[in-house]
Parts: sequence; structure tokens; C-alpha cells
Amino acid sequence: MSAAEQTAEQKKFNMDTVANAAATPDTELPWAELGLKQNEFEEVVKVLGRRPTAAELAMYSVMWSEHCSYKSSKNHLRQFGDKVTEEMKKDMLVGIGENAGVTNLGDGWAVTFKIESHNSPTMIEPYQGAATGIGGIVRDIISMGARPVAVMDPLRFGAIDHPDTARVIHGAVAGIGGYGNSLGLPNIGGEVVFDSVYQGNPLVNALAVGIMRHEDIRLANASGLGNKVVLFGARTGGDGIGGASILSSESFDDTKPSKRPAVQVGDPFAEKVLIECCLELFKGSLVEGIQDLGAAGISCATSELASNGDGGMDIELTSVLLRDPSLTPGEILMSESQERMMAVVSPENVAAFEAVMDKWAVEYSWLGEVTDTNRLVIKWDGEVIVDVDPRTVAHDGPVYDRPYARPEWQDALQADTFKASEAGKNLPATGGELKAALVELMSSPNMCSKSWVTNQYDRYVGGNTALATPDDAGVIRVDEETGMGVALATDANGRYTFLDPYHGAQLALAESYRNVATSGAVPLAVSDCLNFGSPEDPDVMWQLAEAIRGLSDACMELGVPVTGGNVSLYNQTGATPIHPTPVVAMLGKFDDVARRTPSGWRADADGQAIYLLGTTFDELDGSEFANIRGHLGGLPPKVDLTAEKTLGAILINASRDGMIDSAHDLSEGGLGAALGEMALRYGVGARVALDDLCERDGVDAFTALFSESQARAIVAVPRSEEVRFNDMATARNFPVVRLGVVDASATSLEIQGQFDLDLNELSEAHEATLPKYFG
Amino acid sequence: MSATELPLIGDYSTPNTELSGARIGVVTFPGTLDDRDAARAIRVAGAEAVSLWHADADLQNVDAVIIPGGFSYGDYLRAGAIARFAPMMGNIIDAANSDAKLPVLGICNGFQILTESHLLPGSMVKNDHLKFLCRDQVLRVENNTTAWTNQYGLGEEITIVLKNQDGQYVADEKTLDALEAEGRVAFSYVGWNPNGSRRNIAGITNAAGNVVGLMPHPEHAVEAGFGPDHTGTDGLGFFTSVLTHLVGGQK
Repeated sequence: MSAAEQTAEQKKFNMDTVANAAATPDTELPWAELGLKQNEFEEVVKVLGRRPTAAELAMYSVMWSEHCSYKSSKNHLRQFGDKVTEEMKKDMLVGIGENAGVTNLGDGWAVTFKIESHNSPTMIEPYQGAATGIGGIVRDIISMGARPVAVMDPLRFGAIDHPDTARVIHGAVAGIGGYGNSLGLPNIGGEVVFDSVYQGNPLVNALAVGIMRHEDIRLANASGLGNKVVLFGARTGGDGIGGASILSSESFDDTKPSKRPAVQVGDPFAEKVLIECCLELFKGSLVEGIQDLGAAGISCATSELASNGDGGMDIELTSVLLRDPSLTPGEILMSESQERMMAVVSPENVAAFEAVMDKWAVEYSWLGEVTDTNRLVIKWDGEVIVDVDPRTVAHDGPVYDRPYARPEWQDALQADTFKASEAGKNLPATGGELKAALVELMSSPNMCSKSWVTNQYDRYVGGNTALATPDDAGVIRVDEETGMGVALATDANGRYTFLDPYHGAQLALAESYRNVATSGAVPLAVSDCLNFGSPEDPDVMWQLAEAIRGLSDACMELGVPVTGGNVSLYNQTGATPIHPTPVVAMLGKFDDVARRTPSGWRADADGQAIYLLGTTFDELDGSEFANIRGHLGGLPPKVDLTAEKTLGAILINASRDGMIDSAHDLSEGGLGAALGEMALRYGVGARVALDDLCERDGVDAFTALFSESQARAIVAVPRSEEVRFNDMATARNFPVVRLGVVDASATSLEIQGQFDLDLNELSEAHEATLPKYFG
Repeated sequence: MSATELPLIGDYSTPNTELSGARIGVVTFPGTLDDRDAARAIRVAGAEAVSLWHADADLQNVDAVIIPGGFSYGDYLRAGAIARFAPMMGNIIDAANSDAKLPVLGICNGFQILTESHLLPGSMVKNDHLKFLCRDQVLRVENNTTAWTNQYGLGEEITIVLKNQDGQYVADEKTLDALEAEGRVAFSYVGWNPNGSRRNIAGITNAAGNVVGLMPHPEHAVEAGFGPDHTGTDGLGFFTSVLTHLVGGQK
């Protein structure tokens, strides 16, 4: 075929109208290249009663992708909606299904938050992938009617010493900083984990939280016959075409050509202007419905708005403002260009809407209007190229009951305990050995200081940050008069979840619950980001099913509902999946953030008593200590949600009543790491002894320092409050043991009878690791 | 919502207070980030904050102006290079240079805009380590006679927030010598130079002392519990300084 013939052929394909599709039923369509399976394509033909047009095929292929349709996880995710009590629903103003859930904070305030993945784009193009991850989640928050007030980022990279890890971490951290810092949103926490299982599939999850008044809540629906549909923000370009369907729904495979163009490019300045201009639209009540454009672009926004509304929608696609005039209708429908929003505006508000756009110099174009046909009709220069029932695109996609089964290797894995293994021989026992082990642990990739990362983020902008990393939770003031505010923590442990997906997911929830309570806030709601391998692998599907079952059971028991989230599948390279990594984000509430509890003691805490709450068991399997010895096997620490609830209540009450000045939860690295982190927080030493703890719980000093038993926290209690504090713990029948005192004159952490660790030495070791690898 | 609280949306002007009667303008460009924080700092100091929109030409009879931090117009060309041409900036430049000597404080991007406007000499380039850096930074007050620093002691060390990507202050040797000789270095970095700035310069003033620019952020250190190390209020002196200056009849 000559070039001219090819162009003519291309044009004919691009101008594929509904009439043409009906007349040419046998035209070959590239459904496989667009990521549809044969049965899915056949279903599209059945739904339409004819072959789809090229534009319709583009829409169905992205909207029915794993990323957009949750087709493999939907059947399991239902548990998050089913396992809720009336009590859990009482503060939920908007639940799962909208752009983000909304929770009541009282006094007319509401909070919305959500966590999402941007894993595959970050692997391919770390800077833009991570940056647009922030951009997308922030637009979800704006679309609810809220002012975004903070972001957080749980990050997981490959081995710290692998050459590709530097490429990914430099790009991802700079991208998150470059985008988030330019939006004026403080980055208040997250995680940084290194593990070779994430080498080819780094996990970049992004959380955003926003604040609004109840009356400002907005939903994504197009209602009201004759209302206008408008697209505004950045122009539509060729970036990110097929991102959702191609990147997020297939495993990486080295044999195919590079997919670089499928990653979107971000413009934080455009997003910042979009935030302010949307808030001004909300203030003037100028929009009836609003939807951000993320995965699947205009396909998603038009079909979801129309599907959620009470009528249909007519759109003229040539009205879309383009960066690249050569885009085909299908490409325009699929483009994932960033910083765009779609709104529904009543005719009487059109002039006022345009005035706000002009003030902020935001480009917009009127695309069409709401109809009463129940059809989504998209025209290209007047010719109909899409005529579908919007529900079939947005909501009635395929749902799979994927086969799953407990992996054959799971039993052998769980039988391989750390202490019985070769790696568990010759454990540190003397004071000198324990000291060296603690320094090694606290300079290890996962336990070292993450300030190299977090210092590249603005944690102060907005002036409402009351706590941020390295404290247990990020805390943001909401109401400047009363001090009411919110706390957020994100947690996951892929190692625990690999050993036992059901309990591993619960441990992530327990830790986030504990972190929020440790800061002094009452846990209120959950958003989750489920990062797993391919659902077509029954082993992985079992991990996913078990994790969702475990998480939903535990949410019910702790009384905290899931209000939204995201599933990221196909995180695997070849046949090797990542560790199952359900990241849990917990939101808590403070009546007054002035009562927040920092994670370390200050010099003016001199003489305060240091207590350990909770029981220490011999639980080293899956621990960070086992990790630095290269071992992963056995069973993760026991989950005890009743104990977590009691511990949480003690920490929250003690904070509210001024009984504790600092608190830190025990998690990865155990008691040793927690004591070290508390001392390093403000560079103030302490003297502690392990004897009472070891005797009561029947463990040796090594186990006391490095076991990762759950439902534990350290607190520092002023002398005047000791009796009251002890009485409170005793009244709740919760184990508490006095370990020692804060010593402001000491420049060391002394474990009496074991070792005396100089804080400068510990600090240098703790801080040096990331700069050593990444500069 | 009470009258003294920052609204979530829109105009952050505070109602006139009886405390000083001073009205301090805060300029918002597209991409400005710390305008709400600057307005809060003004309110905490006891004055009235007035929103100034970049595209307007009316200074609304304010007694002083703060150009806050952010990334005006995305800073895609060169930090502050486009903002300098906004209608509002034309008025501010004239008022700062007039006999009335309008007090002007430029923070971070605001400092960059002031150098682009030639109200202050020199320029800012990318940090020597090439990364965005956010930290609690110790500064030494080198000049406590300006409109914005008169409440500090000479040589006093204060801790406020530093956060920027393009914070390295540069100027030719002659300019640097003159700044030092004339006492126009207002603040210098203590302990560690966080961005490679020449002669550890963190902030400078014009000869008249009404225009001050610095890279670190005093407006993020005005409320106990929400600033450096979660205790710092060392930045409040900037805002009480300008009120003292205005009450002193030097308007």
C-alpha cells in the first residue's frame, strides 16, 4: 500500500461512523492491541448489536481495562461495602464509588481522602510517572468540592544497591516534590521501603486529603436536561494514550517495544491554577456536576458523568481544544493528558463560569449538553461516531471470578521459621553484640532515616502542619478557631503479607490504626491501595482474595469503614510477582491538634518515665532483623485487634488528658528501633532497663529488642502523671511496664547492663545510608 | 466560621482590626502558594491582610506589601521573570521607590521577583546540590534597622523554614562587596550554607531599608506548634517590625 493509500485508509478508519459500522460488520478491528480479550470484544458487539466504531472500541477498551473496571477484584471488593455496621456508617457522607469518600468531622466540616497507585508509569518514566500520580489524586479530591490540604507517599523500590534503583528513586522523589511542592500542598508522611521484589515493579502510591464544608460536597453526575457540558484546563495532547489499558493491565515484557509515550506529562502550575479556579466555581455554586480527567480521559469522564446522571449526553468532539491537531477521535477519547476537568453547567451560569475561567486564564470549550435520551452520543463534525448506553461503558463492564488457590509453596514457607533457620544462628547475645546489631538495623535500608527523601518535600506550606514525618502520623489543622484537625498514616508490610495474606493485610491496618492513635487522634476511616501481581495467576489471586477478606474483617472489628481506594494489579515481571502489598491509609480526628503527641522526647522532658505498653512475644519471623540477615519465612506477628483497640484508647485518652508528652508505636525493628528513633527525634538521651520486661514476658534481651510483636507502644510520662497513667492502663487490664527515664544530660541511649549507645554515633549511622547510595 | 479564620476559598482579607489599623497587602499571582500563610502571619501580628491580585493595578491604599512564595507562572522561564511584569508589580515598584518608601517584603519567590524587578540586586540560581530542600534553618540577623527587621537584636539567631529549589543567591563580587560594606546583608545562613549562596547571604535590603528580600520563610514560623521543630515563632518579628515601623510614623 502506498503512503497516500495508507493515509486514506487511516482517515476512513478514523471517520468510522455508527452508520459505517452498521454497514461494514466484517471490518477487522484492533481490539487485541487495545488490550481487550476476545470474549470482551464479543460482549461489546453483543451490547451494541453491531460492531463498535473505532471510537467506541477505544472507549470500551480503556473503560473495561483492569485499571478502570476492577473486573478481577470487584467480586472481592464488595466485602468492604458489606462488612459495615450502622455505627460505622454514621460519619460517612459519601462512600465507595465516587471520586473519593467523604467523612463528617462535625461543626459543618467534612474531610475527603483517597490513596491511588501510579506504579507502572513510574517504572517507565520515574519523574513524570510519580508527578502525575500526585496530580491525579489531587484532582480526585478537588472533584469532591474540597480544598486539598496535604499529600502523602508510600514508596517501594528495588534493592538499594541495584543500579536501576537510583534511577527510579531520583526521578520519583524529584517528581513528587516537583509537582506537590508547586501545588502548595504539604507532604506530611508516607513510607520508603527497599526490597528486590519491587525491582522491576516499584510501587508509587499517592494519597491526598481535602477539607470542605458540608454544603460544598460535589458529585460526578450529569443531570438536568439542557445543561451544558464543558471541558476546561490543559489542552488535550497525545500523552498517555492507552495508559490505563496498556500499562496498568498487563505485566511488563521485555520483548515488546518501549511504551514510553503512554506515560503522561504533568504541569503542576496548570494544576495549581485549576485548584483555585475550581474552588471559586464551587463557592459560586456554578457547576451541577464535576469530574476530573484521569485514566481513560474523556471516555471515562463522559461515560461516568452520563451514567451517574439521569439522562444522556450529546458531545461534539471537534470542540475539544487540542495540543496536537493530528489526533484521531479515538486518540482524543483515550488521551490521558493531565490537568483537565469536565463540568456540567446550567445555562444561566454559563456567563459566570466563563468569567471565572477568564480570571484564572484557564482555557475551556463547551462540548455539548445533557439530553433525555439515556444515550451517550459523540459526534465528529456532526457525524455520529459513538452512540452507546453510558452504563455499559462505565459500570457494566466484565466481571471475572478468577480462579484462586492457596499456593503449594505456602506451607513450606510458613514452616521455615527464622530462629530454626541457618540465618537465625549465632544471634547477638552480649551487650556489645546487641549494640552492634541495633546500629546495623537502624542504618539498614528500611530502617534508616528517610530525611534524604522527605527533605525534598515541603512539609510546612499552608501553615497547618502540626506533625509530619518522622512522627507516627501526619497531622493537619482543619479549623483554626477550635484547633480541630485530622491525622493520617499509611502502612503496609509486604513481607508479612507474603507470609500470610489474610493476617498481613490486617497487620497493615493495625499499624495504621496504631500510628494514628499514637499521635493522639481517633481513627475514623480507611482508604486502601491494593498492590498485587497478576490476577490471572491463581497464587496471586489467592493473595488478593485473602488480603481483602482479612482487611474487611479487621475494618469491621476495629469499626473503621473503607471509604475508597484503588487496586493495582499486574505488578510483576515475567512470572515473578511483587510481594502482595496492601497499603492502608488511616484517617483520624483530633478535637484540638494542640494535643497531638510527637514521636520523641524533648530536653524539657528530662526525668519523665518511659513505659512500654503491650506484650512482647518471640516474633522474629518476617521481621526487619530477619530481613537484614536475608531470611523470609515463618508466620508474621500475631494479630490482636482487641488489644489494638485498647491500646488505641489508652493512647488517645492519655494524649487528651495530658498524661503523656511523647509516644511512638512499635512496628518494624521492634523496641530497639523505637527507642532509637525516639531518642534521635530531638537528640535527647535515655536510660532504660529490659530486666522487668524480659522477666514478665519470658523473653531474652535480643528478643525484647528486635521482636515485632503488635499492639505495643512506648510513651514518656511526666512524673506527676505516673499514678494516673498506671491506673488507666491497669483499669483496662492492659500490660504496662516501666523501662526507665528520659535523661537530658545524657548524649546516649543506655540499655542498662547491656550497652550505652552514643546518639551521635547512632545518628550518623541512621542518616548516612540514603546519601551514601543516592548522593 | 469565625471572622478571624482563613476561609477555604477565595479572598483572605481580614476585617479591619483595632490593634494597629495597619493594612498590609499580599500579592497573589497564578502559582503563588504562601499567600494564605502570609495573610495569617499578618493577622497573628495584629494587622489587616489585604488580597492584591496580580492583574489589578490598584494598591488599595495598603501600608506595606508582602510578595509571598510559590512558583509564579510555574517559574518555567526563570523564577520571578514573568511576575515582574504584572500590572500590580509596576505599582509596587513605583511605590517602593517613591518618597513614601512603601515597605515591601519578598519571601522566596517574592525575593526572586524583587531581584527581577531590580528593587534588590543579584539573582537566585538553582541550589548547588540541585535538589529541592526543606529544613529548619538558622539565620543571623545582620541588619536590624530595616522596616522588616527592627524588632530583632543585631546578631540574633533565629530559626525559620527554608524550602526552595532555586535558592542560591549570586551577584558579582563588586555588588557583594558593596552589600557587605553598606550593611545591606539583612540575614546570613548560620552553621551550614544550604544552597551555595555567595557569602552565606540569606536575605538583603535596599539602601533605604524599606525593601527586604530573603529565601527562607518567616511566615511559616509565627504560631507555636506549626513551625520549625513545632515550637518556633521566630518569624513573627518580621511582621511586628513592619507594624512598629508604620506606627513610628514612617509611612
